[in-house]
Formats: sequence, structure tokens, C-alpha cells
Amino acid sequence: MKREVPLFITFFVGTLLIASVFIPPAESWGENFSVYFDIIAVFAFFLGGGNLLRIHLQKVASKRPDWGYSIVTLVAFLVMLAAGLFKLGNPGGISGNLTTAQSWFQILFQNIMSPLGSTMYALLAFFVASASYRAFRAKNRDATILLVAAFIILLGRTPFGTMLTSWIPPQYDLLQVPNLAIWIMSGPNLAGQRAIMIGIGLGIVSMSLRILLGIERTYLGDDR
Amino acid sequence: MESGLMHHVALWLAAFLTLGIFSFLYRDNTWYKVCEAIFVGISAGYWFVAYFWDNLYTKFWVGVWVTPMADRPDDWYVLYVGAALGILMLLRLVPKVGWISRWPLAFIVGATAGLYLVTYFASNVMLQIEDTVRPIFGAENDAPIYEIIGNIVVAVGTFTGLIYFFFSKEHRGAFGRAAKVGIFFLMITFGASFGYTVMSRMSLLIGRMDFLFSDWLKLIK
Repeated sequence: MKREVPLFITFFVGTLLIASVFIPPAESWGENFSVYFDIIAVFAFFLGGGNLLRIHLQKVASKRPDWGYSIVTLVAFLVMLAAGLFKLGNPGGISGNLTTAQSWFQILFQNIMSPLGSTMYALLAFFVASASYRAFRAKNRDATILLVAAFIILLGRTPFGTMLTSWIPPQYDLLQVPNLAIWIMSGPNLAGQRAIMIGIGLGIVSMSLRILLGIERTYLGDDR
Repeated sequence: MESGLMHHVALWLAAFLTLGIFSFLYRDNTWYKVCEAIFVGISAGYWFVAYFWDNLYTKFWVGVWVTPMADRPDDWYVLYVGAALGILMLLRLVPKVGWISRWPLAFIVGATAGLYLVTYFASNVMLQIEDTVRPIFGAENDAPIYEIIGNIVVAVGTFTGLIYFFFSKEHRGAFGRAAKVGIFFLMITFGASFGYTVMSRMSLLIGRMDFLFSDWLKLIK
């Protein structure tokens, strides 16, 4: 019962959706299912939020290492939650638009979440630079190809790249770095991307079949 | 609130947090960890709130309770199915019947597998093959030389790239040589992707530097 019912649901729902593609009146089922996903996702967020509270409260209560940061996380979470759920500072009150500029929720988003998020990603620029150094040492043939392709793409998208090869006559304009970058993107890069995409597509098809036929069951967890 | 004193407070707060994250470049430190903890909490709260209002309220609550009966679509009642499955998921919190929470999970996994099987096969496999297998000399046999070369490169690159990903046969002999050609194309693809990643990260970094030196310090006009 604990495993058989979920396996049957998986098979039944999956097969139903595959069949719906071939039955015109049932074509909209896929859209209905995406609405279910969205509604279920909210309940998953209830679980996730509850789990975040539980884990950090336990950490604070037992004064485990770095418990102070857990207090910061909890305060940030609860403040954002209160600001958004009760629409604090929103001129339209509880029925106002969530993204109204004057609302606390939007102010917190623009002045805390957005700078933190973009700086986190910007920080990766330094690590990418370090990775570039390691990748660009061109130890072997494959690394050299990667280096040359990345270098041309980078150079081709900058004014410096245009300036560098602007002297090449128009009849050989394919050799100008920006054009070379475009050719790499639409030629060899496209071929590689296609091979990867077809590989991913076939992988997804085989994994979906494994799931629907009950061969792949790891998503069910253990038997508790 | 965004004007006057509050604007300056918000600006300094954003600058403080930006510098806090950048302080990680020196080493892991308390300032960074505080910023990181704020980011985790604020992000979790943000997505919780966004999903709550966008999905539970707008799609379910409005669809079931607020919209007048005459304006509802024929199958409005199916929204209850989503809510019922969501409530079943919460049973995970009750140890005795926690196993029932697998049902909505099985529903999501099954539906995703069914949807992806068809859509990915159509978009990632069939459509890509269709775009690759084209007349090399053009539909009217009048393609310019650079287009002919391009068509050959794409066809050979895709085919040899797929050969590289075929691990059921040992990469030896002609098959191995074709796989090596495939690696050549894949390396160009990885190089191009890497170049784009470097550029996107750099543009984000320039954006943050612009904020610090222009918006905050006013050193750049």
C-alpha cells in the first residue's frame, strides 16, 4: 500500500498525460496539471518554511556553533514573511498589489534581496577569472580548442575586438573577430549544442519511461 | 519612504550588504556570514510570499471563492484537486500517516515524466534532427559556399558529438576517431559557453561597481 499506490498514481497520471497529447479534446489537460503543480508548490513551501524555522530554532535552542547567524536568518525570514503576507506599508492595504513601490515587501526586496543576490552572482566573476586561468593554460589539444573558442567569443563581443581586425578587407570579413565569433556560434557551437540537446532529450525520455514503469523509485524515499 | 532620509538609509544598507558579500574575497568572515544569513532568510520569505499570493490566493482562492459562478470556466472545480493534493503533502508532518504525502509527490513525478517525455522528445530530439538534416547545397541547390560549409559543419559536428556520447560501444577504430572529432566540436561549445558565462558575471560585477561608485559614493557622474 505504501509503495504500490504511489507507483500506480505515477504510472496512471504519466500515461494519461502522454495519451492526452494524441486526443484533441484532452490537449488542455497539461495546462490544468500545471495549475495543480503551482497550488501543490505552495504547500511544499509551507513544509519548506516550517523546516527552515524548525532547523534554525533547534540550532539556537541547543546553542550549536554559529547559532547567532540562525537568529539573523530567522529574523530576516519572519520580517519578509510579515511584510509580504500582511502587505505592511502597502497603500492599497491587504488587497493592494504586492509589488507596489511603497510597500515594505518591495522596499526589502529592492534594498536587501536584490543587492545581495546580484552581488552573490557578481562575486562569481572572481572565481570564474580564477577558473579561466586554470582552463586557459592550454595544457593539451582539447584545452587549447576551448581556450581559442572562448577567447574569440569574448573578444568578438567587445569594441576592442572590432577595432583589432577592422583593417581586414571586406572580401575576407569572415576573418574579422566579431564575424568569426558569430560563425563559431552558428556553426561548430550549434553542432555541439545540438548533440548535447539530443543527448539530454533521449536521456529524459529514457528516465521518464523508467519512472512511469516503476523501475526508478528513488523519489519515493525509504519505507518508513 | 524612498525619498529623503529613508532613501539614504536604504542606499547605505544596500552598500553595506554589497561590501559584506565582497568581503568574502579576503576570507570567510562574520560580516559575510551575517549578509549570507540575511540573504537566506529574506529569499525564503520572498518566495514563500510570492507563491502564496500568486498561486494559492490568485489561482485557487480567487478561482474557487471570489470569481462569480457565471464567469468561471467549466472545469473550475478541478482547482480542488490541486488543493487536496497539497493538503495531502502536509501529512508529512504527521509521522503515523506521513507516507500518504508520497501520493502528491507521485502525482507530480508522474505528470512531469509524462509531460517531459513527449515535449522533450519533440523539441530536443525530433526538432533538432529535423534542423540538422537539411539539403547541404540549399533547397534550390544555390546556397553560397560559406552556407554549404556551415551546413556540413553542423551535420558532421552533431553526428560526431552524438557518437562521443554513445558509451555502449568502446571508442576505438573509426568509431573512436569520429568520437575525437565530436570532442573537438564539444570543446568549442564549452569554450563558447564559458566565454558567455565570463561575460555575464563580469557585467554583473560592473553593475555592482557602478552602484558603489556611482549611486553610493557619487564618484562617477
